[in-house]
Amino acid sequence: MTDNPTQTAASRQVSAHEKNWRDVVLERLKANDVKLVVYVPDRVFTPLIKAIHDDPYFITFAATREEEAIGIVSGAWMGGMRSAVLMQTSGFATIPNALASLVVPSQIPALIFVSERGTLGEFNLGQAMVCKTMRPVLDSLGMETHTITRQDELAFIIDRSIKQAVATQAPVTFILSPLLTGGKVFEK
Amino acid sequence: MNQGPSGAVSAQNAPGGGAAHNAPGDGAAHNAKVMNRFELTKRLVATLKHDEAVIGGIGNANFDLWASGQRPQNFYMLGSMGLTIPIALGVAIAQPERHVIALEGDGSLLMQLGCLATVAMLAPKNLTMVVWDNGAYQITGNQPTASAATADLVAIARGSGLSNSNWAADEDDFDRLFAAAIKAGAPTLIAARIDNKPGVGATERDPVQIRERFMRGLGVKK
Repeated sequence: MTDNPTQTAASRQVSAHEKNWRDVVLERLKANDVKLVVYVPDRVFTPLIKAIHDDPYFITFAATREEEAIGIVSGAWMGGMRSAVLMQTSGFATIPNALASLVVPSQIPALIFVSERGTLGEFNLGQAMVCKTMRPVLDSLGMETHTITRQDELAFIIDRSIKQAVATQAPVTFILSPLLTGGKVFEK
Repeated sequence: MNQGPSGAVSAQNAPGGGAAHNAPGDGAAHNAKVMNRFELTKRLVATLKHDEAVIGGIGNANFDLWASGQRPQNFYMLGSMGLTIPIALGVAIAQPERHVIALEGDGSLLMQLGCLATVAMLAPKNLTMVVWDNGAYQITGNQPTASAATADLVAIARGSGLSNSNWAADEDDFDRLFAAAIKAGAPTLIAARIDNKPGVGATERDPVQIRERFMRGLGVKK
């Protein structure tokens, strides 16, 4: 047998997801008046970042560090503008101080989207190690966190969680799993 | 509105007539008078007439802002060292009609230099950055910063694309530069050499109350 049915199914699933997940995220951001999106680039998030740049509804730009992006969205929230941050797992590892000393104690509903690297086929040891630090940090801060693996749950989770973040004045982290996004694939 | 490098810095001339003694590389930092942070903070706040937002950086920058008289438009940053200018930038983006002022220390700015490049790239018309440079991490025991010896924060700001960046030569020059910054229509950075006197007040450490009062002061909450 030359075909591996598991692999074929997986690659079919991945290509379907690549077509759609970014549209759902963009649509839910708009539906919830999230106008500012500050990011530090990530390969997997590239289609989403491009779509946000192409949509005149959004103000969007790259920050030089994830911590800087957290500061910017905190200021924007206090100024009355809802905003989100996009980053990858390794970037998350640079922001615990900003979360613990600004966002959480000030009760700022920062909306944090993390492209999950370091799992499900990771090829970079550094990414795999840093991924292990993310959930313990979020747990220790008591932060609302959702790992999103399925396209059919994406809109519901984002929509409800943004509403909850704003209503309860608390940050929320969305970890977008490779099961949803396809992740970054090892190229030989 | 989609912002990006296309909105690059437009103003080339330093405001306030400070250009003559503030040309890059002329050693202006070392000729500037050593002033006092609390005195300059009071002078700055006294000129605010339009509910401008002021973000006080961690430590003595916000202690002196607190001591200068509490305004609902003041935000006192208790933690997150380095994020004064990013927070101010966020407020400036959210409220383009309001002028926003960041008060930051040299050690804090050195921790987050990339924010200067971001501000220059976005070129908000309503953001002024004031840097208090005493060449020391004063609050942690006066360990010297790189700006005490070698780093020129105005040159770094200019190199980041913030052409409206100047050392204040003395108190009058500071007033002049600040008045020009408010009207500049481009992001402006003013650096002041300051002495090592400690902060005058001590901010009440209640982050929720600080954030809540600030949002009401900005008209975001009723």
